[in-house]
Amino acid sequence: MLRVDDAQAAPVTFSPELIKQFDDIVSRYPVGKQKSALLPILHLVQAEYGWLSAPVMDKVAEYLQLQSIEVYEVATFYSMYFMRPQGKYVLEVCRTGPCCLVGAEKIMDYIEQKLGVKEGEVTPDGLFSWRGVECLAACGFGPVLQIGPEYTFYENLTEQSVDTLISDLKAKSNN
Amino acid sequence: MARKLLLEHINVPGINTFDVYRQKGGYAAVEKALKTLTPEEIVEEVKKSGLRGRGGAGFPTGMKWSFLAKPEGVARYLVCNADESEPGTFKDRYLMTYIPHLLIEGMIVSSFALGAHASYIYVRGEMMPQIRILEKAIAEAKAKGFLGKNILGTGYDLELYVQPGGGAYICGEETALLESLEGKRGNPRIKPPFPAIAGLYGCPTVVNNVESIAAVVPIINEGGEEYAKVGVGRSTGTKLISAGGNVKKPGVYEIDLGLPVEEFLYSDEYCGGIANGKRLKAVVAGGSSVPILPANLFLKTINGDARLMSYESLADGGFVSGTMMGSGGFIAFDEDQCIVRNTWNFTRFYHHESCGQCSPCREGTGWMEKVLHRLEYGHGKMSDMDLLVDVSKKIEGNTICPLGDAAAWPVASAIRHFRDEFEWHVTNGAEAVKRNYGLAHYADPLPKPEAV
Repeated sequence: MLRVDDAQAAPVTFSPELIKQFDDIVSRYPVGKQKSALLPILHLVQAEYGWLSAPVMDKVAEYLQLQSIEVYEVATFYSMYFMRPQGKYVLEVCRTGPCCLVGAEKIMDYIEQKLGVKEGEVTPDGLFSWRGVECLAACGFGPVLQIGPEYTFYENLTEQSVDTLISDLKAKSNN
Repeated sequence: MARKLLLEHINVPGINTFDVYRQKGGYAAVEKALKTLTPEEIVEEVKKSGLRGRGGAGFPTGMKWSFLAKPEGVARYLVCNADESEPGTFKDRYLMTYIPHLLIEGMIVSSFALGAHASYIYVRGEMMPQIRILEKAIAEAKAKGFLGKNILGTGYDLELYVQPGGGAYICGEETALLESLEGKRGNPRIKPPFPAIAGLYGCPTVVNNVESIAAVVPIINEGGEEYAKVGVGRSTGTKLISAGGNVKKPGVYEIDLGLPVEEFLYSDEYCGGIANGKRLKAVVAGGSSVPILPANLFLKTINGDARLMSYESLADGGFVSGTMMGSGGFIAFDEDQCIVRNTWNFTRFYHHESCGQCSPCREGTGWMEKVLHRLEYGHGKMSDMDLLVDVSKKIEGNTICPLGDAAAWPVASAIRHFRDEFEWHVTNGAEAVKRNYGLAHYADPLPKPEAV
C-alpha cells in the first residue's frame, strides 16, 4: 500500500498556517499525548496534498515526535487516507446493503461509464476518481456519495443528479 | 401522537443555533444539574430512568456510570461515541446535524456527573460537515459561559473537543475508539480492564453513544422516574429509529419504546408502509449486525403475539425466532430483494471492516464472503450453507470484540430463515443471476406452535 519509491522524493515543508492548525489540535490533549492529534492532522495534510506520500507522513512524524512507522501504520489502517494520488474530486459512493436496496449499484455502474475509468483510477484530465465505500450512515437517503476534503454529501442520487454534479464540478474547476 | 423527548423542537427554524435552542428551554438541564444537584444525584437519576445504552448493546447507562473508578489525583474522561457506522443506522448524524446543542448540553451534564474536565466527541471522519456543526455549537456554548472555566459561576470547568476518526467501522467498539483517539490503529483492547478502570490514556473513562448522552437532558429536566414512565417494562423512554430500505417514508423517528412494529412500519405517522405498493419480505430491525427476520416472524412472535419495538419483544424467541433492538437501524426489504445478495453484501462489509487482529474474524469473514459470492452468482454447492453456518459458529464468541459476532449473526440467521432461497440459488444457478426468488412464503401466516 505505502509508496516506498517516494522515500527518495524531495522533503516536504508545511506552511506556517498549517503548523498553527496542528498546534491548535495538539493543545486539545494532555501534555505528552500529542499522538492523539495524528488522525486530525492527517486529514489536514491530505486536504493540502491530495494524498499521503511517504515524505509527507515522515514530516508529520517529525512534527509529532513519532517514528515514521507509527504514522504509516495508522494511515494504512483507516479507509479515508489515500496512499496514492487521486483525482481532484474523489466520488465515494456508499456500496453497503441499505443503499443497494435503493439502487447504489446502478449508480456506481453509471459513474464508471460516465467517467470512463474503473474504480480507483483517475480520469486523464486528473479531475475525477471514484470508489465504493462502506456505509456512510445515511441509509434513509440512499443512494449517497461524498466528496472530500470537505466531505460534502449528495443524497437520493439519480443518473440526472450525477450528471449535474459532474458538470458542476467540471465548471468549478475551470473557474 | 407520542411525546417527543429528544426531537420535540427539531422542526423549529434555527434550532441548531444556541439562541433559538435556549429560547426553547435548552440548557435548563445544565443549570439544574450544576446548580442544584450533586454528581451522585445525577447518576442516581440516570439509574432511576432505566436508560439503556442506545449504541447497540443496551447496557444500562446509569450502571455503566456507577462503575467508573475514582482514584485521587487521576483525570477521568467522558468520550461520546459518534462513530456511527452500523449499516442501517443514521440517527446520530441526524441529531448532530439538526439539534447539535442537545448533544452539547448532554455532554456538559454527563461530564459533570462523572467528574470529567476534558471530554471528547469522537465523530466518524466522514462526517466532516457534522464536525463543523458541533465545533460551531461548542464555540457558541462557550461564548455564553456554558463551557470553559467556572461554568455559570459554579466553579466547574469543562473543555469539550471534537475528534475526527479516519474511516473505520471498528472504532464504534469502545476500546477501539479509545485506541483511535490516542492516535493508533483501531484495534480493540482485551477486556478487562474495562474503560471504567483504564480507558483513555489509561485513566477511568466512560464511553457513551450520542443518543444516550442526549437522553440525559430530558432525564435531568423531568427526573428519572418520569422518564421511566415512558416505554414498556425494562425498555424505558424513547428511542430514535432510523428507517431505511424500501419503506415509503425513510427517515429518523422518535418512538416510545413498546410501539407495535406493525404500527411503526405501516402507519402514516412513521414509515407509511412499503414503497411502490410492494409487499414486505424481510426486516433487519436493529442495524446490519442483528439477525434478519422474514416478514411473518418479524410482525408476530412465534407465539402469535404482536411484536413491539422494545428490547425484550424484538429479542423474543432468542436467535431462533427473534432478533435485537441493536442501534435501531431499521431496514425493510420488499418482495424484489434477494436475501443471498444482501447477506453477501453485509459480509463483504464485515470483511472490509475487520481490524485483522483475531484470525477467526479476519479469515472467517473473507471466507464467508467468498462462499456467498459464489452462491449469489450461481456457482454455489448444496454443502455451502452448512459450510457458512460452520464458519459463522467458529467466529462467534472467539474474538476479542463483538465484530466477529456481528459478522456471524446475519449469515447464520439468513440461512436459518431463508434456507430455501439459498438452495434455489444452487439448484437454479443460471436463473438466480437473472431474477430474484421473490416474496415466496416469507409473509405467510405462521403455523400455530404445537401445544406443549
